[in-house]
Amino acid sequence: MHEMGIALQIIEIATASIPQSDVPVQVETVNLKVGKLAAIVPESLRFCFEIAAKDSPLSGAALNIEEIPIQARCKDCEAQWTIDKPVFKCQVCDSGSLDIISGRELNIESIEIADEGNE
Amino acid sequence: MYQFNKMQIANHHSGSHKGPHIHDHQNTALHSVKSGTREIKVVRRVLDVNDQMADQNRQVFAKKGVFVLNVMSSPGSGKTTTLVKTLSKIMPDIQCAVIVGDICTTNDADRLAISGAPVVQVNTDEFGGDCHLAAHVIEKALGGIDLNPIQLLIVENVGNLVCPAEFDIGEDARVVILSVTEGEDKPLKYPLMFRECDAAILNKIDLLPYLDYDAAAAVENIRQIHPDMPVFKLSAKTEEGMTPWLDWLRQQLTTKISDHHQR
Repeated sequence: MHEMGIALQIIEIATASIPQSDVPVQVETVNLKVGKLAAIVPESLRFCFEIAAKDSPLSGAALNIEEIPIQARCKDCEAQWTIDKPVFKCQVCDSGSLDIISGRELNIESIEIADEGNE
Repeated sequence: MYQFNKMQIANHHSGSHKGPHIHDHQNTALHSVKSGTREIKVVRRVLDVNDQMADQNRQVFAKKGVFVLNVMSSPGSGKTTTLVKTLSKIMPDIQCAVIVGDICTTNDADRLAISGAPVVQVNTDEFGGDCHLAAHVIEKALGGIDLNPIQLLIVENVGNLVCPAEFDIGEDARVVILSVTEGEDKPLKYPLMFRECDAAILNKIDLLPYLDYDAAAAVENIRQIHPDMPVFKLSAKTEEGMTPWLDWLRQQLTTKISDHHQR
């Protein structure tokens, strides 16, 4: 539901990441990592991003979303596993005390810009 | 069977996708970058700005010795009634203030103000009709409250089980309220919210005799998502079951305030 705000943040961070020496340049791709536990609907994010990116260096850029699975580690027996259904209990010792070690990501990893002299 | 399948519809942008991408999940993603393009590493959390503002809020709260409780739920689960009753039981022993978020109206603030606590209403339509309170909104709202005498600041978030869970506001504890007029499976549908909270309230238990609601199943679903989280079954309306919730809240406060005085 807050995908427009997220899209605007992505555009702000990506725009600020363009090296000064390259300005003006079009960003062609934004590489994102989104954890499965993040409250983001990729389709909504793409929709908002496309609209919000108009008239910016990200206009027409592709959002490349890499899905990060939810990985948990048991604090009691240190077992580690991937959570693929909503049960947050250790599969080995049934403990409910666990650390989420991945799956909460909402990160911009990199941007890809047109290389000089190639457009 | 429930699955975290929202990403399954995450097809690459048809037509404009720039070549194949090879990924692993060990933070060493190797992108095959299209010829004619150059990759620039960024590696930043999208919510960086919010997180920094939340840390700033947290420092303000720590300095003033204020315990901050972020209360979240879907619309209509009884956040305001629960808080009105909570305030009536813990004030004036505990000095409270409230920030309440809604897209429009000051109705909730008017109800909460009867407690005598200072109340700041945030209408998120000024901020684009946001579905949650972000850290900068809290920072702005703090301008309307003298925190010096305050021990407990309650933030009644916008009614929504999705977005508020994603936004740190600098709080000490998070509570989610679920009511017995909602589905028993809500915790399974909104796992992030129930993972991120420190306690859950199952509200409106006075209605159980009139409903087909399976309260035990609801609690079991909460336990699946967050096994060691306390769950308080209560009716804010009749005040049945309020005591364990209030005891928990007082305990949380005592811990923080005694830490503050020891420093």
